[in-house]
Amino acid sequence: MSHNETQTERSMIIFVNGQETQVSSGHTAHDLLLDLGFEKRPVAVEVNKEVIPRALLPDRLLREHDQIEVVTLVGGG
Amino acid sequence: MAETIVDNARAEQSQPALKVGGFELASRLVVGTGKYVSYAEMAECLDASGTDCVTVAVRRERLLNTAGENILDHLDLARYTLLPNTAGCFSADDAVRVARLGRELLRDLGNKGSEWVKLEVLGDQKTLLPDPVGTIEATQRLVDDGFTVLVYSSDDPIVAKKLKDLGAASVMPAGSPIGSGQGILNTNSLRICLEYLKDGDPEYPVIVDAGVGTASDVATAMELGVDGVLLNTAIAHATDPLTMALAMRSACAAGRYAFLAGRIPRKRYATASSPESGRIHESF
Repeated sequence: MSHNETQTERSMIIFVNGQETQVSSGHTAHDLLLDLGFEKRPVAVEVNKEVIPRALLPDRLLREHDQIEVVTLVGGG
Repeated sequence: MAETIVDNARAEQSQPALKVGGFELASRLVVGTGKYVSYAEMAECLDASGTDCVTVAVRRERLLNTAGENILDHLDLARYTLLPNTAGCFSADDAVRVARLGRELLRDLGNKGSEWVKLEVLGDQKTLLPDPVGTIEATQRLVDDGFTVLVYSSDDPIVAKKLKDLGAASVMPAGSPIGSGQGILNTNSLRICLEYLKDGDPEYPVIVDAGVGTASDVATAMELGVDGVLLNTAIAHATDPLTMALAMRSACAAGRYAFLAGRIPRKRYATASSPESGRIHESF
């Protein structure tokens, strides 16, 4: 899943919107959005309760057991 | 006198009606985007309501079946300032997280609504009434973080004053519980809220948020002198939402003009409107 072939040997468990998910070690938050097909969707990403600005997602390496929230806007009052 | 009223009415039409922090809105109605049967109906109702500010919620993106439409496909971002809420949060921690996620989403969209938030910290699921302690904590943290905070509160004047003192750009007392349609249950508390919040600061914006059931509730709130009304269910769940959106728009204008005009005092007994003199049966 990673774009870096040398780092695809090992995988790790992260949690995306509460769901256990397996990704390659070396995966970034941006890679995760690509995996999910969300790169063009209006979403915001939080890793371990910290918002990661969209421009910084490629720099944010994911680590084992990271808790990730991917959110969007919905109707509300 | 009449000229003053007409001048006021003209001023209402030519100036931004509602100013909150650095935000200026043309309409005094803020309308929610939840609970509509379709996005098309939502878009029609927003248009009919005359609003230029709509609330949205932040929720997890679906990881599967993501082909569905997004609300943003149906909101003209050049027309509407989005007001992201923290609905569904029962702690200050969660509300602060959601506010920051909303800010990031709106910054990415280039919508100016990124810098403000409708803060809700709820006390329990049954009443959806605000938790005053969590609300105060979250207000402090979000103000410190640079947000323009519009805070959902009860109609308790003491809490309302504390929230203003903490730096909330607008305090938004509930007329009655969210979605209950009970209207303005305690006009006396709301009057005291207005008196306290506008004391020495008449421009401070007070917005009634929650509880509106029908148009007269909006008119009642506006007649009391609030600066705006935020509503959602009363339009979305009306039998005919589009016509109700028009009704809310009219009621908001009617209530505002009545407030500016100044109502007559209530009296216990009658005062005739026709002349007392010149009646045909009068004796001399």
